[in-house]
Amino acid sequence: MREIVIKFSNVDKSFPSYKHPGIKTMLLRPKTLGTPRKRFIALKDISFEIYKGEMFGIVGKNGAGKSTILGLIAGVLVPDRGKIEVKGKVVPLLELGAGFHPELNSIENIMLNGVLLGASRKMMKAITQEILDFAGLNEFSNQPIRTFSTGMVARLGFSIAVHIQPEILLVDEILAVGDAEFQRRCLEKIDQLRKANTTILLVSHDTNQIEKFCDRALLLEDKSIKLIGNASEVIKAYAS
Amino acid sequence: MSLSRSFDLVFTLTLKEIKVKYRSSALGYLWSLLYPLSLALLFFFALRVVLKVQVEDFVVFLLSGLFAWQWFANSLSASTVSIISNASLVKMVKFPYFVLPLSNVLNDCFHFIASLPVLFALAIFHSKSPSIQWMAGSILIFLQLMTTLGISLVLASLNPFFRDLERLTQIGLNIAFYATPIIYPFEMIPEKLKFIFYFNPMLPVIEAWHRLILKSEIELWLIGLSLIHSIFWLSVGFLIFSRFSKRFAEVL
Ligand SMILES: Nc1ncnc2c1ncn2[C@@H]1O[C@H](COP(=O)(O)OP(=O)(O)O)[C@@H](O)[C@H]1O
Ligand SMILES: [Mg+2]
Repeated sequence: MREIVIKFSNVDKSFPSYKHPGIKTMLLRPKTLGTPRKRFIALKDISFEIYKGEMFGIVGKNGAGKSTILGLIAGVLVPDRGKIEVKGKVVPLLELGAGFHPELNSIENIMLNGVLLGASRKMMKAITQEILDFAGLNEFSNQPIRTFSTGMVARLGFSIAVHIQPEILLVDEILAVGDAEFQRRCLEKIDQLRKANTTILLVSHDTNQIEKFCDRALLLEDKSIKLIGNASEVIKAYAS
Repeated sequence: MSLSRSFDLVFTLTLKEIKVKYRSSALGYLWSLLYPLSLALLFFFALRVVLKVQVEDFVVFLLSGLFAWQWFANSLSASTVSIISNASLVKMVKFPYFVLPLSNVLNDCFHFIASLPVLFALAIFHSKSPSIQWMAGSILIFLQLMTTLGISLVLASLNPFFRDLERLTQIGLNIAFYATPIIYPFEMIPEKLKFIFYFNPMLPVIEAWHRLILKSEIELWLIGLSLIHSIFWLSVGFLIFSRFSKRFAEVL
């Protein structure tokens, strides 16, 4: 029996319907304070398990709840109901440039980003060079990253995430950035991580990518799981 | 969370704030002096030259309050938006989010400490002899740090839910500035009204700075009152923050 590293049991998740009422609404309609507001339901009764070392894909239309599942795994969102168990160090690779500061150079940003993602300063000092090498940004290491192109920022972000020894890597629709050469090296690195038994969750609208790299996948539809199983089966169901 | 992890986070984020402040302006350090100095000049002109208010060593008096106020006000403004301005980060990775406002408060604390030599030099220039009592300033710094952090945590945790708080903070800070004896001496407040001022969290620290710099006096009751404020605000701050921080990612 393989070790389970992520387990969702009957998870529901909803969001507040209107984002911020502001103080005006609260003052004009004090009643709204006491009554619970209607919430938008994003996920309903989600249960699944992911095994250690697996590469797992999540597919579904825009707004199906893919990112919400990753947010729940990362622990930034709390479920309304149900239980979520996650074993191991989660490293998210979701939004480009999150956790970077445009005025700082790449060496400073590597430290900042790495520490925010859970690594120690000592570790980051030791692997800075390796990260720069992999991202191919050595000659730009002293430039503020506001001068970088989107592709360069993506390379830096990816390089940091894969070098701080993630046990569970969350990848949300960002593998498509960077040039062909860098994409090839990303996939190589991901292969290497898999051999080191890293669990990888891949959210992508590129069904080819999921079919090619993932062992299993999950199809989200109508706020719940429509199908879970072999990646190529799931992609076939999604395409039809 | 382990102590070394907390240290790494706080150290890295504070260093970032300090670096960014220095790097994004040509004058860097001078700005943290120039603003309070220009305010002191303004108030000196309006109150001493025009209104002929009689306060001894008025410039030293003004600056010993203004530098500390500047720290307080800047920290509160920065902390209020600290969660929103790090939205993409907060939505992506879980870490103890209170280190965000904390790094803002420590950044301004650093600049306050860096401005102290100027304050001391001005005091000596105005024939105040430097005294061993000035060391008590470190206690005042600590107390102000706790109080400022407490209030910052309240503002930081509420702002993502009630975004108007940002504006309210600015208005509140303007009112609080005049409600704190910074440009007028504490003694000028009518006796009957004084008790109201004790509810002002910044009053005891500012007044303690005045007495310390101008008279080399350490007033224990002011330190005691400040301690009460810092414990109160820090508890309220952490209580509210821990309640609201779970829902940050939902509303950002
Ligand atoms: N913070 C939020 N507040 C309100 N609604 C949200 C929030 N995050 C996501 N949603 C809603 O939840 C649904 C699922 O979103 P998401 O998980 O981002 O979808 P996707 O599958 O495209 O990644 C969408 O309808 C979206 O509008
Ligand atoms: Mg998404």
